[in-house]
Amino acid sequence: MPVRLCLNAVAKTFVMHLQDGLSLPVVANVDFSVNAGECVVLGGPSGAGKSSILKMIYGNYRCDEGQILVVRKPDEIIDIAHAAPRRMLALRHDTIGYVSQFLRVIPRVSALDVVAEPLLTQGADEETARARARDLLSRLNVPERLWSLPPATFSGGEQQRVNIARGFIADYPVLLLDEPTASLDAANRAVVVKLVDEKKAQGVAMLGILHDQDVRDRIADRIIDVTAFRPAA
Amino acid sequence: MTSSALPDRAEAQAAAATADEPLLKVSGVTRYYGDRIGCTDISFDLWPGEVLAIVGESGSGKTTLLNCLSTRLAPTAGAIEYRMRDGAMRNLYQLTEAERRLLMRTDWGFVHQNPAEGLRMTVSAGANVGERLMAVGNRHYGNIRDTATSWLERVEIAADRIDDQPRAFSGGMRQRLQIARNLVTHPRLVFMDEPTGGLDVSVQARLLDMLRRLVADLGLSVIIVTHDLAVARLLSHRIVVMRHGRIIETGLTDQVLDDPREPYSQLLVSSILQA
Repeated sequence: MPVRLCLNAVAKTFVMHLQDGLSLPVVANVDFSVNAGECVVLGGPSGAGKSSILKMIYGNYRCDEGQILVVRKPDEIIDIAHAAPRRMLALRHDTIGYVSQFLRVIPRVSALDVVAEPLLTQGADEETARARARDLLSRLNVPERLWSLPPATFSGGEQQRVNIARGFIADYPVLLLDEPTASLDAANRAVVVKLVDEKKAQGVAMLGILHDQDVRDRIADRIIDVTAFRPAA
Repeated sequence: MTSSALPDRAEAQAAAATADEPLLKVSGVTRYYGDRIGCTDISFDLWPGEVLAIVGESGSGKTTLLNCLSTRLAPTAGAIEYRMRDGAMRNLYQLTEAERRLLMRTDWGFVHQNPAEGLRMTVSAGANVGERLMAVGNRHYGNIRDTATSWLERVEIAADRIDDQPRAFSGGMRQRLQIARNLVTHPRLVFMDEPTGGLDVSVQARLLDMLRRLVADLGLSVIIVTHDLAVARLLSHRIVVMRHGRIIETGLTDQVLDDPREPYSQLLVSSILQA
Protein backbone atom coordinates (compact mmCIF):
# COMPACT_ATOMS: atom_id res chain seq x y z
CA MET A 1 0.00 0.00 0.00
CA PRO A 2 1.28 3.51 -0.76
CA VAL A 3 2.86 5.72 1.88
CA ARG A 4 0.51 8.43 3.17
CA LEU A 5 2.57 10.00 5.94
CA CYS A 6 6.32 10.18 6.35
CA LEU A 7 8.40 11.75 9.13
CA ASN A 8 11.99 12.49 8.35
CA ALA A 9 14.62 13.55 10.94
CA VAL A 10 11.96 15.38 12.96
CA ALA A 11 13.01 17.08 16.20
CA LYS A 12 11.16 19.12 18.78
CA THR A 13 12.48 21.22 21.65
CA PHE A 14 10.45 23.41 23.95
CA VAL A 15 12.14 26.59 25.13
CA MET A 16 10.53 27.87 28.32
CA HIS A 17 11.22 31.57 28.43
CA LEU A 18 9.46 32.02 31.74
CA GLN A 19 11.88 29.53 33.30
CA ASP A 20 15.03 31.39 32.28
CA GLY A 21 14.99 30.00 28.78
CA LEU A 22 15.07 26.41 29.96
CA SER A 23 15.41 24.13 26.98
CA LEU A 24 13.43 20.88 26.96
CA PRO A 25 14.30 18.57 24.08
CA VAL A 26 11.40 16.17 23.54
CA VAL A 27 12.27 14.07 20.51
CA ALA A 28 14.99 13.99 17.85
CA ASN A 29 15.63 12.05 14.65
CA VAL A 30 12.09 10.83 14.34
CA ASP A 31 11.90 8.68 11.23
CA PHE A 32 8.97 6.53 10.22
CA SER A 33 6.17 6.30 7.72
CA VAL A 34 2.59 5.12 7.67
CA ASN A 35 0.98 3.39 4.70
CA ALA A 36 -2.58 3.51 3.48
CA GLY A 37 -4.79 0.94 5.23
CA GLU A 38 -2.36 0.54 8.11
CA CYS A 39 -2.63 1.39 11.81
CA VAL A 40 0.68 2.26 13.43
CA VAL A 41 0.82 2.72 17.18
CA LEU A 42 3.39 4.82 19.02
CA GLY A 43 4.71 2.97 22.06
CA GLY A 44 6.80 4.05 25.01
CA PRO A 45 6.33 5.40 28.50
CA SER A 46 4.51 8.58 29.32
CA GLY A 47 6.69 11.62 28.64
CA ALA A 48 8.54 9.95 25.77
CA GLY A 49 7.04 12.39 23.26
CA LYS A 50 4.17 10.41 21.72
CA SER A 51 1.67 13.25 22.00
CA SER A 52 4.18 15.79 20.77
CA ILE A 53 4.68 13.76 17.60
CA LEU A 54 0.93 13.55 17.03
CA LYS A 55 0.52 17.27 17.66
CA MET A 56 3.33 18.20 15.27
CA ILE A 57 1.61 16.18 12.56
CA TYR A 58 -1.68 17.97 13.22
CA GLY A 59 0.10 21.31 13.37
CA ASN A 60 -0.76 22.14 16.99
CA TYR A 61 2.91 22.08 17.78
CA ARG A 62 5.57 23.51 15.55
CA CYS A 63 8.15 21.21 14.12
CA ASP A 64 11.65 22.63 14.69
CA GLU A 65 13.63 20.34 12.44
CA GLY A 66 13.05 17.77 9.73
CA GLN A 67 10.14 17.12 7.45
CA ILE A 68 6.62 15.83 7.94
CA LEU A 69 5.34 14.82 4.54
CA VAL A 70 1.72 14.02 3.92
CA VAL A 71 0.03 13.06 0.68
CA ARG A 72 -2.94 15.19 -0.19
CA LYS A 73 -5.32 13.94 -2.85
CA PRO A 74 -4.81 13.33 -5.64
CA ASP A 75 -0.99 13.31 -5.53
CA GLU A 76 0.26 16.46 -3.88
CA ILE A 77 2.97 16.10 -1.23
CA ILE A 78 2.97 18.72 1.49
CA ASP A 79 5.61 19.32 4.16
CA ILE A 80 3.68 20.13 7.32
CA ALA A 81 6.81 21.40 9.04
CA HIS A 82 6.88 24.30 6.61
CA ALA A 83 3.24 24.66 5.62
CA ALA A 84 1.64 28.09 5.86
CA PRO A 85 -1.34 28.30 8.26
CA ARG A 86 -3.74 28.36 5.34
CA ARG A 87 -2.29 25.14 3.91
CA MET A 88 -2.47 23.50 7.32
CA LEU A 89 -6.14 24.42 7.66
CA ALA A 90 -6.80 22.98 4.21
CA LEU A 91 -5.07 19.74 5.26
CA ARG A 92 -7.20 19.53 8.39
CA HIS A 93 -10.23 20.08 6.24
CA ASP A 94 -9.67 17.31 3.72
CA THR A 95 -6.66 15.18 4.66
CA ILE A 96 -5.89 14.75 8.37
CA GLY A 97 -8.43 13.99 11.07
CA TYR A 98 -7.80 13.91 14.81
CA VAL A 99 -9.73 11.61 17.12
CA SER A 100 -9.52 12.40 20.78
CA GLN A 101 -11.80 12.20 23.75
CA PHE A 102 -11.20 15.74 24.77
CA LEU A 103 -14.23 17.75 23.87
CA ARG A 104 -13.85 21.48 23.60
CA VAL A 105 -17.45 22.21 24.40
CA ILE A 106 -19.11 24.69 22.11
CA PRO A 107 -22.05 26.25 23.90
CA ARG A 108 -25.52 25.49 22.59
CA VAL A 109 -24.63 23.14 19.74
CA SER A 110 -26.48 19.81 19.92
CA ALA A 111 -24.56 16.54 20.15
CA LEU A 112 -25.89 15.54 16.74
CA ASP A 113 -24.60 18.75 15.16
CA VAL A 114 -21.26 18.48 16.98
CA VAL A 115 -20.81 15.05 15.41
CA ALA A 116 -22.15 15.98 11.95
CA GLU A 117 -20.08 19.15 11.57
CA PRO A 118 -16.81 17.74 10.17
CA LEU A 119 -18.72 15.89 7.46
CA LEU A 120 -20.79 18.97 6.64
CA THR A 121 -17.68 21.08 6.23
CA GLN A 122 -16.33 18.45 3.82
CA GLY A 123 -19.34 19.25 1.66
CA ALA A 124 -21.79 16.47 2.54
CA ASP A 125 -25.43 17.47 2.52
CA GLU A 126 -27.26 17.96 5.79
CA GLU A 127 -29.29 14.76 5.51
CA THR A 128 -26.32 12.49 4.84
CA ALA A 129 -24.27 14.08 7.61
CA ARG A 130 -27.09 13.81 10.15
CA ALA A 131 -27.81 10.22 9.18
CA ARG A 132 -24.18 9.24 9.65
CA ALA A 133 -24.02 11.12 12.93
CA ARG A 134 -27.10 9.25 14.19
CA ASP A 135 -25.58 5.97 13.12
CA LEU A 136 -22.30 6.64 14.94
CA LEU A 137 -23.96 7.93 18.09
CA SER A 138 -26.15 4.86 18.31
CA ARG A 139 -23.24 2.51 17.63
CA LEU A 140 -21.33 4.21 20.44
CA ASN A 141 -24.32 3.77 22.74
CA VAL A 142 -25.06 7.45 23.30
CA PRO A 143 -28.75 7.43 24.34
CA GLU A 144 -30.99 8.88 21.65
CA ARG A 145 -32.71 11.27 24.07
CA LEU A 146 -29.38 13.14 24.40
CA TRP A 147 -28.77 13.74 20.70
CA SER A 148 -30.59 17.04 20.51
CA LEU A 149 -28.88 18.43 23.63
CA PRO A 150 -25.54 20.25 23.85
CA PRO A 151 -22.96 17.84 25.32
CA ALA A 152 -21.87 20.31 28.02
CA THR A 153 -24.11 18.63 30.58
CA PHE A 154 -23.36 15.03 29.57
CA SER A 155 -21.44 12.63 31.77
CA GLY A 156 -17.71 12.32 31.11
CA GLY A 157 -18.16 9.02 29.28
CA GLU A 158 -20.94 10.34 27.09
CA GLN A 159 -18.88 13.39 26.11
CA GLN A 160 -15.97 11.12 25.18
CA ARG A 161 -18.13 9.04 22.92
CA VAL A 162 -19.64 12.11 21.24
CA ASN A 163 -16.14 13.27 20.45
CA ILE A 164 -15.08 9.89 19.15
CA ALA A 165 -18.09 9.88 16.84
CA ARG A 166 -17.05 13.35 15.67
CA GLY A 167 -13.53 12.12 15.00
CA PHE A 168 -14.61 9.12 12.93
CA ILE A 169 -17.43 10.64 10.90
CA ALA A 170 -15.53 12.42 8.14
CA ASP A 171 -13.49 10.95 5.33
CA TYR A 172 -9.82 11.70 5.95
CA PRO A 173 -7.08 9.68 4.27
CA VAL A 174 -4.94 10.13 7.42
CA LEU A 175 -6.35 9.75 10.92
CA LEU A 176 -4.54 10.46 14.19
CA LEU A 177 -5.88 8.55 17.20
CA ASP A 178 -5.13 10.15 20.56
CA GLU A 179 -6.14 7.59 23.20
CA PRO A 180 -9.54 6.97 21.67
CA THR A 181 -10.39 4.11 24.02
CA ALA A 182 -9.05 5.28 27.40
CA SER A 183 -11.66 4.75 30.11
CA LEU A 184 -14.29 3.36 27.75
CA ASP A 185 -16.11 0.20 28.83
CA ALA A 186 -15.51 -3.08 27.00
CA ALA A 187 -18.56 -2.77 24.75
CA ASN A 188 -17.58 0.70 23.53
CA ARG A 189 -13.93 -0.30 23.15
CA ALA A 190 -15.12 -3.03 20.83
CA VAL A 191 -17.07 -0.44 18.81
CA VAL A 192 -13.92 1.67 18.41
CA VAL A 193 -11.94 -1.38 17.30
CA LYS A 194 -14.61 -2.03 14.69
CA LEU A 195 -14.52 1.60 13.51
CA VAL A 196 -10.74 1.40 13.12
CA ASP A 197 -11.07 -1.83 11.12
CA GLU A 198 -13.58 -0.16 8.82
CA LYS A 199 -11.20 2.76 8.25
CA LYS A 200 -8.39 0.32 7.45
CA ALA A 201 -10.58 -1.38 4.89
CA GLN A 202 -11.18 2.04 3.32
CA GLY A 203 -7.42 2.54 3.01
CA VAL A 204 -7.07 5.15 5.73
CA ALA A 205 -3.58 5.52 7.19
CA MET A 206 -3.77 5.72 11.00
CA LEU A 207 -1.28 6.68 13.65
CA GLY A 208 -2.28 6.30 17.26
CA ILE A 209 -1.45 6.47 20.92
CA LEU A 210 -3.15 3.66 22.81
CA HIS A 211 -2.32 2.67 26.33
CA ASP A 212 -4.95 -0.03 26.41
CA GLN A 213 -2.99 -3.25 25.76
CA ASP A 214 -6.00 -5.23 24.63
CA VAL A 215 -7.12 -2.68 22.03
CA ARG A 216 -3.55 -2.12 20.89
CA ASP A 217 -3.10 -5.83 20.19
CA ARG A 218 -6.29 -5.86 18.17
CA ILE A 219 -5.70 -2.83 15.95
CA ALA A 220 -1.94 -2.21 15.70
CA ASP A 221 -0.25 -3.45 12.56
CA ARG A 222 3.07 -2.12 13.80
CA ILE A 223 4.33 -0.56 17.01
CA ILE A 224 7.00 2.12 16.92
CA ASP A 225 9.01 2.57 20.09
CA VAL A 226 9.30 6.31 20.66
CA THR A 227 12.17 5.90 23.15
CA ALA A 228 14.34 5.31 20.08
CA PHE A 229 13.85 9.01 19.30
CA ARG A 230 15.16 10.21 22.65
CA PRO A 231 17.27 13.33 22.12
CA ALA A 232 20.95 13.13 22.99
CA ALA A 233 21.33 14.64 26.47
CA MET B 1 -31.44 28.86 15.90
CA THR B 2 -31.67 25.16 15.34
CA SER B 3 -30.03 24.59 12.02
CA SER B 4 -26.59 25.49 10.82
CA ALA B 5 -27.70 25.00 7.24
CA LEU B 6 -28.70 28.44 6.21
CA PRO B 7 -29.12 28.59 2.45
CA ASP B 8 -26.13 30.85 1.84
CA ARG B 9 -23.73 28.63 3.73
CA ALA B 10 -22.64 26.22 1.03
CA GLU B 11 -22.28 28.98 -1.51
CA ALA B 12 -20.28 31.21 0.83
CA GLN B 13 -17.99 28.38 1.85
CA ALA B 14 -17.46 27.28 -1.71
CA ALA B 15 -16.54 30.83 -2.67
CA ALA B 16 -14.17 31.13 0.29
CA ALA B 17 -12.56 27.76 -0.36
CA THR B 18 -11.81 28.35 -4.01
CA ALA B 19 -10.48 31.85 -3.51
CA ASP B 20 -6.77 31.74 -4.03
CA GLU B 21 -6.06 35.41 -3.70
CA PRO B 22 -6.04 37.45 -0.51
CA LEU B 23 -8.90 39.79 0.30
CA LEU B 24 -6.68 42.23 2.15
CA LYS B 25 -2.95 42.82 1.82
CA VAL B 26 -1.27 44.80 4.56
CA SER B 27 2.33 45.90 3.96
CA GLY B 28 4.53 47.81 6.35
CA VAL B 29 1.71 49.68 8.04
CA THR B 30 3.03 52.13 10.61
CA ARG B 31 1.28 54.76 12.66
CA TYR B 32 3.01 57.27 14.90
CA TYR B 33 1.35 59.56 17.40
CA GLY B 34 3.86 62.39 17.34
CA ASP B 35 7.09 60.55 18.13
CA ARG B 36 5.33 57.73 19.92
CA ILE B 37 4.71 54.43 18.11
CA GLY B 38 1.10 53.33 17.74
CA CYS B 39 1.97 50.36 15.57
CA THR B 40 4.91 49.75 13.30
CA ASP B 41 5.85 47.64 10.29
CA ILE B 42 2.71 45.52 10.27
CA SER B 43 2.38 43.16 7.31
CA PHE B 44 0.03 40.26 6.71
CA ASP B 45 -2.51 38.91 4.23
CA LEU B 46 -6.11 38.10 5.05
CA TRP B 47 -7.82 35.44 2.94
CA PRO B 48 -11.50 35.14 2.09
CA GLY B 49 -13.37 33.30 4.85
CA GLU B 50 -10.52 33.69 7.29
CA VAL B 51 -10.90 34.91 10.87
CA LEU B 52 -7.78 36.62 12.19
CA ALA B 53 -7.48 37.53 15.86
CA ILE B 54 -5.17 40.33 16.97
CA VAL B 55 -4.22 39.75 20.61
CA GLY B 56 -2.01 41.59 23.05
CA GLU B 57 -2.30 43.65 26.22
CA SER B 58 -3.74 47.16 26.38
CA GLY B 59 -1.42 49.63 24.71
CA SER B 60 0.10 47.04 22.38
CA GLY B 61 -1.28 48.82 19.31
CA LYS B 62 -4.18 46.47 18.49
CA THR B 63 -6.84 49.14 18.20
CA THR B 64 -4.54 51.56 16.36
CA LEU B 65 -3.94 48.84 13.80
CA LEU B 66 -7.64 48.02 13.50
CA ASN B 67 -8.44 51.67 12.94
CA CYS B 68 -5.75 51.96 10.27
CA LEU B 69 -7.05 48.86 8.49
CA SER B 70 -10.63 50.07 8.53
CA THR B 71 -9.66 53.50 7.16
CA ARG B 72 -10.70 55.25 10.35
CA LEU B 73 -7.15 56.39 11.01
CA ALA B 74 -4.63 57.13 8.25
CA PRO B 75 -1.33 55.28 8.69
CA THR B 76 1.91 57.27 8.74
CA ALA B 77 3.46 54.77 6.32
CA GLY B 78 2.66 51.53 4.55
CA ALA B 79 -0.02 50.27 2.21
CA ILE B 80 -3.32 48.47 2.66
CA GLU B 81 -4.83 46.91 -0.42
CA TYR B 82 -8.32 45.44 -0.65
CA ARG B 83 -9.86 43.25 -3.30
CA MET B 84 -12.99 45.01 -4.46
CA ARG B 85 -16.10 43.08 -5.56
CA ASP B 86 -15.00 43.41 -9.18
CA GLY B 87 -11.77 41.56 -8.30
CA ALA B 88 -9.49 44.58 -8.61
CA MET B 89 -6.93 45.18 -5.84
CA ARG B 90 -7.17 48.80 -4.65
CA ASN B 91 -5.10 50.79 -2.21
CA LEU B 92 -7.56 51.89 0.45
CA TYR B 93 -5.99 55.24 1.02
CA GLN B 94 -6.15 56.06 -2.70
CA LEU B 95 -9.90 55.53 -2.95
CA THR B 96 -12.09 58.58 -3.36
CA GLU B 97 -14.09 59.59 -0.32
CA ALA B 98 -17.28 58.38 -2.04
CA GLU B 99 -15.76 54.97 -2.84
CA ARG B 100 -14.50 54.61 0.70
CA ARG B 101 -17.89 55.43 2.20
CA LEU B 102 -19.63 52.99 -0.09
CA LEU B 103 -17.17 50.29 0.96
CA MET B 104 -17.72 51.00 4.64
CA ARG B 105 -21.47 50.80 4.47
CA THR B 106 -21.84 47.87 2.11
CA ASP B 107 -18.85 45.58 1.83
CA TRP B 108 -17.53 46.09 5.36
CA GLY B 109 -18.85 45.98 8.87
CA PHE B 110 -17.42 47.37 12.08
CA VAL B 111 -18.55 45.99 15.42
CA HIS B 112 -17.59 48.25 18.30
CA GLN B 113 -17.00 47.13 21.85
CA ASN B 114 -19.59 49.65 22.99
CA PRO B 115 -22.76 49.10 20.95
CA ALA B 116 -23.78 52.72 21.50
CA GLU B 117 -20.95 53.69 19.14
CA GLY B 118 -22.22 51.47 16.35
CA LEU B 119 -25.96 51.99 16.81
CA ARG B 120 -28.28 54.91 16.70
CA MET B 121 -29.70 54.74 20.17
CA THR B 122 -32.78 56.87 19.61
CA VAL B 123 -34.26 55.19 16.56
CA SER B 124 -35.98 51.80 16.57
CA ALA B 125 -34.18 48.47 16.30
CA GLY B 126 -35.83 47.93 12.92
CA ALA B 127 -34.60 51.29 11.65
CA ASN B 128 -31.08 50.54 12.88
CA VAL B 129 -31.01 47.46 10.69
CA GLY B 130 -32.99 49.04 7.83
CA GLU B 131 -30.79 52.10 7.61
CA ARG B 132 -27.90 50.22 6.07
CA LEU B 133 -30.25 48.60 3.57
CA MET B 134 -31.52 52.00 2.54
CA ALA B 135 -27.93 53.15 2.18
CA VAL B 136 -27.41 50.51 -0.49
CA GLY B 137 -30.51 51.57 -2.39
CA ASN B 138 -33.42 49.62 -0.91
CA ARG B 139 -36.52 51.78 -0.92
CA HIS B 140 -39.44 49.39 -0.43
CA TYR B 141 -40.63 49.80 3.17
CA GLY B 142 -42.25 46.36 3.36
CA ASN B 143 -39.15 44.58 2.08
CA ILE B 144 -36.85 46.49 4.39
CA ARG B 145 -39.05 45.68 7.36
CA ASP B 146 -39.19 42.00 6.42
CA THR B 147 -35.44 41.80 6.04
CA ALA B 148 -34.94 43.63 9.34
CA THR B 149 -37.32 41.23 11.09
CA SER B 150 -35.54 38.18 9.76
CA TRP B 151 -32.17 39.59 10.83
CA LEU B 152 -33.45 40.33 14.32
CA GLU B 153 -34.58 36.73 14.56
CA ARG B 154 -31.22 35.55 13.28
CA VAL B 155 -29.51 37.38 16.14
CA GLU B 156 -32.15 36.10 18.55
CA ILE B 157 -34.05 39.30 19.17
CA ALA B 158 -37.82 38.71 19.31
CA ALA B 159 -39.63 40.20 16.30
CA ASP B 160 -42.00 42.11 18.58
CA ARG B 161 -39.08 44.27 19.76
CA ILE B 162 -38.56 45.70 16.27
CA ASP B 163 -40.12 49.07 17.13
CA ASP B 164 -38.25 49.49 20.43
CA GLN B 165 -35.20 51.69 20.70
CA PRO B 166 -31.89 50.07 21.62
CA ARG B 167 -31.85 52.27 24.72
CA ALA B 168 -34.42 49.84 26.09
CA PHE B 169 -32.23 46.80 25.32
CA SER B 170 -29.79 44.99 27.59
CA GLY B 171 -26.07 45.14 26.78
CA GLY B 172 -26.11 41.69 25.18
CA MET B 173 -29.15 42.53 23.03
CA ARG B 174 -27.58 45.80 21.92
CA GLN B 175 -24.47 43.95 20.84
CA ARG B 176 -26.54 41.45 18.87
CA LEU B 177 -28.45 44.30 17.24
CA GLN B 178 -25.18 45.94 16.27
CA ILE B 179 -24.12 42.70 14.63
CA ALA B 180 -27.40 42.46 12.69
CA ARG B 181 -27.00 46.05 11.54
CA ASN B 182 -23.54 45.24 10.23
CA LEU B 183 -24.35 41.96 8.54
CA VAL B 184 -27.59 42.91 6.81
CA THR B 185 -25.79 44.18 3.70
CA HIS B 186 -23.82 40.91 3.40
CA PRO B 187 -20.39 42.43 3.93
CA ARG B 188 -17.30 40.44 2.98
CA LEU B 189 -15.07 41.83 5.71
CA VAL B 190 -16.02 42.65 9.29
CA PHE B 191 -13.81 44.38 11.84
CA MET B 192 -14.55 43.68 15.49
CA ASP B 193 -13.09 45.53 18.45
CA GLU B 194 -13.49 43.48 21.65
CA PRO B 195 -17.05 42.50 20.70
CA THR B 196 -17.58 40.55 23.93
CA GLY B 197 -15.84 43.02 26.25
CA GLY B 198 -17.89 44.22 29.17
CA LEU B 199 -20.53 41.50 28.88
CA ASP B 200 -21.04 38.97 31.63
CA VAL B 201 -19.94 35.43 30.98
CA SER B 202 -23.24 33.79 30.06
CA VAL B 203 -24.10 36.65 27.70
CA GLN B 204 -20.61 36.35 26.17
CA ALA B 205 -21.06 32.63 25.54
CA ARG B 206 -24.31 33.22 23.69
CA LEU B 207 -22.82 36.02 21.61
CA LEU B 208 -19.72 33.99 20.75
CA ASP B 209 -21.74 31.02 19.66
CA MET B 210 -23.88 33.27 17.50
CA LEU B 211 -20.85 34.95 15.95
CA ARG B 212 -19.21 31.62 15.27
CA ARG B 213 -22.25 30.40 13.35
CA LEU B 214 -22.78 33.61 11.41
CA VAL B 215 -19.15 33.78 10.36
CA ALA B 216 -19.24 30.20 9.10
CA ASP B 217 -22.64 30.52 7.44
CA LEU B 218 -21.79 33.73 5.62
CA GLY B 219 -18.17 32.83 4.85
CA LEU B 220 -17.11 36.15 6.36
CA SER B 221 -13.56 37.36 6.67
CA VAL B 222 -13.08 38.88 10.11
CA ILE B 223 -10.35 40.81 11.87
CA ILE B 224 -11.10 40.70 15.57
CA VAL B 225 -9.19 42.54 18.26
CA THR B 226 -9.41 40.88 21.64
CA HIS B 227 -7.37 40.47 24.77
CA ASP B 228 -9.37 37.35 25.61
CA LEU B 229 -7.49 34.30 24.32
CA ALA B 230 -10.57 32.09 24.83
CA VAL B 231 -12.45 34.29 22.37
CA ALA B 232 -9.55 34.04 19.93
CA ARG B 233 -9.48 30.25 20.32
CA LEU B 234 -13.20 29.88 19.67
CA LEU B 235 -13.51 32.24 16.71
CA SER B 236 -10.23 32.61 14.89
CA HIS B 237 -8.20 30.54 12.46
CA ARG B 238 -5.04 32.54 12.88
CA ILE B 239 -3.57 34.75 15.59
CA VAL B 240 -1.31 37.76 15.50
CA VAL B 241 0.33 38.60 18.83
CA MET B 242 1.25 42.28 19.25
CA ARG B 243 3.52 43.96 21.72
CA HIS B 244 4.84 47.52 21.80
CA GLY B 245 3.22 48.19 18.43
CA ARG B 246 4.85 45.26 16.62
CA ILE B 247 3.78 41.79 15.57
CA ILE B 248 5.94 39.48 17.66
CA GLU B 249 4.41 36.15 16.74
CA THR B 250 1.86 34.82 14.28
CA GLY B 251 0.50 31.42 13.31
CA LEU B 252 -2.42 29.03 13.47
CA THR B 253 -4.54 29.81 16.50
CA ASP B 254 -4.06 26.51 18.27
CA GLN B 255 -0.36 26.51 17.43
CA VAL B 256 0.25 29.90 19.00
CA LEU B 257 -1.87 29.00 22.03
CA ASP B 258 -0.56 25.44 22.52
CA ASP B 259 3.06 26.03 21.53
CA PRO B 260 3.83 29.74 21.94
CA ARG B 261 7.38 30.56 20.96
CA GLU B 262 8.08 34.12 22.04
CA PRO B 263 8.61 35.00 25.71
CA TYR B 264 5.71 37.45 25.72
CA SER B 265 3.33 34.96 24.03
CA GLN B 266 4.31 32.35 26.61
CA LEU B 267 3.53 34.84 29.34
CA LEU B 268 0.13 35.65 27.80
CA VAL B 269 -0.85 32.00 27.47
CA SER B 270 0.41 31.05 30.91
CA SER B 271 -1.57 33.90 32.45
CA ILE B 272 -4.95 32.42 31.51
CA LEU B 273 -6.95 31.16 34.42
CA GLN B 274 -7.98 27.58 33.87
CA ALA B 275 -11.74 27.53 34.34
